[in-house]
Amino acid sequence: MYVTLHPNPFKDKTMELNLPIYLDNNATTPMDPRVLDAMLPYFVEKFGNAASRNHSFGWVAEEAVDYAREQVAKLIKADPKEIIFTSGATEADNLGLKGIFEMYASKGNHIVTCTTEHKAVLDTCKHLEKMGGQVTYLEVQPDGLIDLGQLEAAITDKTILISIMYGNNEIGVIQPIREISAIARKHGVLFFTDATQAVGKIPVDVNADGIDLMAFSGHKMYGPKGVGVLYVRRKNPRVKVTAQMDGGGHERGMRSGTLNVPGIVGLGKACELCMNEMEAEGKRLSAMRDRLEAALLQVEEAYVNGNTEHRLPHTCNISFKYVEGEGLMMGFNKNIALSSGSACTSASLEPSYVLKALGLGDDLAHSSLRFGLGRFTTDEQIDFTINAITTSVLKLREMSPLWEMFKEGVDIDAIEWAHH
Amino acid sequence: MAYSDKVIDHYTNPKNVGTLDKAKTNVGTGLVGAPECGDVMRLQIEVDQESGLISDAKFKTFGCGSAIASSSLATEWLKGKTVDQALAIDNMDIVEELNLPPVKIHCSVLAEDAIKAAINDYRVKNGLTELVAAAH
Repeated sequence: MYVTLHPNPFKDKTMELNLPIYLDNNATTPMDPRVLDAMLPYFVEKFGNAASRNHSFGWVAEEAVDYAREQVAKLIKADPKEIIFTSGATEADNLGLKGIFEMYASKGNHIVTCTTEHKAVLDTCKHLEKMGGQVTYLEVQPDGLIDLGQLEAAITDKTILISIMYGNNEIGVIQPIREISAIARKHGVLFFTDATQAVGKIPVDVNADGIDLMAFSGHKMYGPKGVGVLYVRRKNPRVKVTAQMDGGGHERGMRSGTLNVPGIVGLGKACELCMNEMEAEGKRLSAMRDRLEAALLQVEEAYVNGNTEHRLPHTCNISFKYVEGEGLMMGFNKNIALSSGSACTSASLEPSYVLKALGLGDDLAHSSLRFGLGRFTTDEQIDFTINAITTSVLKLREMSPLWEMFKEGVDIDAIEWAHH
Repeated sequence: MAYSDKVIDHYTNPKNVGTLDKAKTNVGTGLVGAPECGDVMRLQIEVDQESGLISDAKFKTFGCGSAIASSSLATEWLKGKTVDQALAIDNMDIVEELNLPPVKIHCSVLAEDAIKAAINDYRVKNGLTELVAAAH
């Protein structure tokens, strides 16, 4: 009925390399064509409102949403009733943090988080500080992991929530989730995690992991953009969040707004695919990632950022000292799409706050590239990338005064630079 | 944000990358920017002391494509000019020539600073008074 008219554009059957190569899967993933197939009927033919209880159009939509809710729940080992659909992870982060802050106001006003969280968490925490909240921003260790002793020491009798991300979007570092949740339990504090980069990539089990609330998104796991999830635990303990939007009381009163049925169907399908393929895909991606990383570390003065043992399988972040990230990317960005921690890639002119939180000097943060592999990444693409990046680094170093100084044994840190 | 064709051209085929002998009295060296800021430019001029003309100019830059292009363009413009003419090069000339967007104007400012720093170094080496530092 729905014929796939969209062969995977990232896989070339003739084995010729299709350019440009997409290695920015931490920013967003292409949608899996199988997800699109699942979604298509829900735009025109099965267009009903899932909240329409009195006719078949509504029933069909509701059934599709219920099925997707099961698919999502299964992936994270939750109960379908614990899945609240949102417009994405940013909304889920906002709903989780603000919703807990309001709901548990009588218990306390203190939240513990860390400096390498996504802006959706950090900026929400800053907002809560203006609303009378107190937030502790834990510093991370040089490898990106939080210090559990510091976490426990930060908890006060006013603490209501610990918010620590599952896997970091820039360096891929996976925090010790089970140890964190054990500390939260011990002190009667709820545990929220932004798992946007982790769900669908590595096994996430809300019960075994002791997670009370969790945010994630469809478009980081080969699903559609504009749909995400807030997981809210219903048992041991029963957790509630105050709704942040007023309206029809959808999603058990926690998130009003007509459900995005095609998006939710797509997210459900994406979760099912991840459930079935994650294990093999994780192995394949980490093998490719390790090969890429090993080859790039052959370049002189190249360094991996973040812990390499506790890391998402598809991510690596490397600094190439004495070249600037954006300048470096210009050498290959016609053919390879990826991200840099360089300030020049952002409007703020500040380099990556995540890399700086690891204690990297600004110069190394400026020199970093983030590689985000994905379901459609091939070995041929990795080979091409290794060559292109190595060539670019060598070319730019020929142009770099810092490289020349380094080679001549000049101590660059001893120079008094005029900061502008 | 896409780069202009001229930025891409200078980045792909940078003009006058290299190093002049900074020990020579007729070579002026300017080193501006800072690694922490993501831009460091080293620009050098060699002055033919008979004619007073800049006979050679070289650069090395750590920075984004626009910074590399700004310094490459600056070295092209410097060659054949007198030191006084070189002083008249304004960062907005570079912005215009390379079609730099507003977020990249600082790259052109750095190039102007590098020119002035190189000229200053040359003047000091040759017993001339130092110029007042550019107000950036």
